[in-house]
Amino acid sequence: MSRIEIKDVTKNFKSVRAVNHVNITLEEGKIYGLLGRNGAGKSTLLNLINSRLAVDEGSITMDGEPLWENPKVNGKLYLVNEKNLFPEGRKVSEIFRWTKEFFPEFDMEYAMHLAELFQLDTRKKTKGLSTGYQSIFKNIVALSTHAPFVFLDEPVLGLDAYHRDLFYRLLLERYAGEPFTLVISTHLIEEVAGIVEEVIILKKGEVLKIADTEELLNMGYTVSGPASLVDSYTRDKDLAGADMLGGLKTAYVLGRPEQELPEGLEFTKMDLQKLFIRLTDEA
Amino acid sequence: MNLNMESEKPIFLQIAEGIEDGILTGAFPEETQIPSITEFSVTYKINPATALKGINLLVEEEIIFKKRGVGMFVAKGAVAKLKKKRQEQFYDNYVDRMIEEAKRLGITGDELIGMIERGFGK
Repeated sequence: MSRIEIKDVTKNFKSVRAVNHVNITLEEGKIYGLLGRNGAGKSTLLNLINSRLAVDEGSITMDGEPLWENPKVNGKLYLVNEKNLFPEGRKVSEIFRWTKEFFPEFDMEYAMHLAELFQLDTRKKTKGLSTGYQSIFKNIVALSTHAPFVFLDEPVLGLDAYHRDLFYRLLLERYAGEPFTLVISTHLIEEVAGIVEEVIILKKGEVLKIADTEELLNMGYTVSGPASLVDSYTRDKDLAGADMLGGLKTAYVLGRPEQELPEGLEFTKMDLQKLFIRLTDEA
Repeated sequence: MNLNMESEKPIFLQIAEGIEDGILTGAFPEETQIPSITEFSVTYKINPATALKGINLLVEEEIIFKKRGVGMFVAKGAVAKLKKKRQEQFYDNYVDRMIEEAKRLGITGDELIGMIERGFGK
């Protein structure tokens, strides 16, 4: 089993520190959700792991081998992001063939099958594709490479609800058949909440949290009811914010609720998105 | 069977209960095969590990059994076993909550019993 280790990695852009002493281990065969607000350093981190950017400090290794400009790891990592590294002016089918040169395991038949499911015309030039079909095309290439580590930066950008649904299903089908490591960075948290096994939350270039999704969901809960009751219940609790609606108050509490809960209050779980908003609130 | 991502209940428990419901309603008859982990995962867009965790609960309770290389099947006697389990949970899951809401609304015990009798068609 291979693993990627990111140790104490820092990256600066002039005076801005985009990634600040980050430590993460990516295990083989797991689906990670990389979450963070705009500018948290998600894309930079993915570019660093995939040798599209050089680290300023720290190291990124796979089984002890540095990833930077190392021919030994060719074909093992695949990153999809907004930047295209494909030669320009080529047709979709030509890019499929071109990818096979770098990823010998690339499954041409599977790629063509996916193109058909998404109704992507493989005779079209990649440049002429709409935003949605650009995403679809790149995701198809990623799923067909058979790279053991796949990184998807905003994979559903511009996809309609039908295509997003199809994409998640195909992704899971492929993953269930032959597990690989997948890191998905997305703002559509609700859509991937059931899919990701482990969540990595970045905040201002630093790792705020790495946890098993289920564990993370047990980190907080909401309590709502008449403001006075809520206030007396939360007096000695660790609060992560509250909303008022007239006399009705909803408080976001970090920790686990007690076994015996007071009457008149409503307790609910915080879903991943709510928890994310609370944890990354800078106000 | 529907999953609610916002529910209190963890997804793996919802999967287990969904399969139980399927067994009780006859959608998954005893001694027949149930869908694979991959099918559950793809259909409900959940991580296969979550689906496996839910199904393993039922395997531990001997409601589902695995045949190596073939798939997963509903055990003989699963319906009776599930009915017994659900009956034991009935007070906590339904009666307790109903009484709580009745109290909040000022419905008396006698009124509640009257409603239950009406529901049973007496």
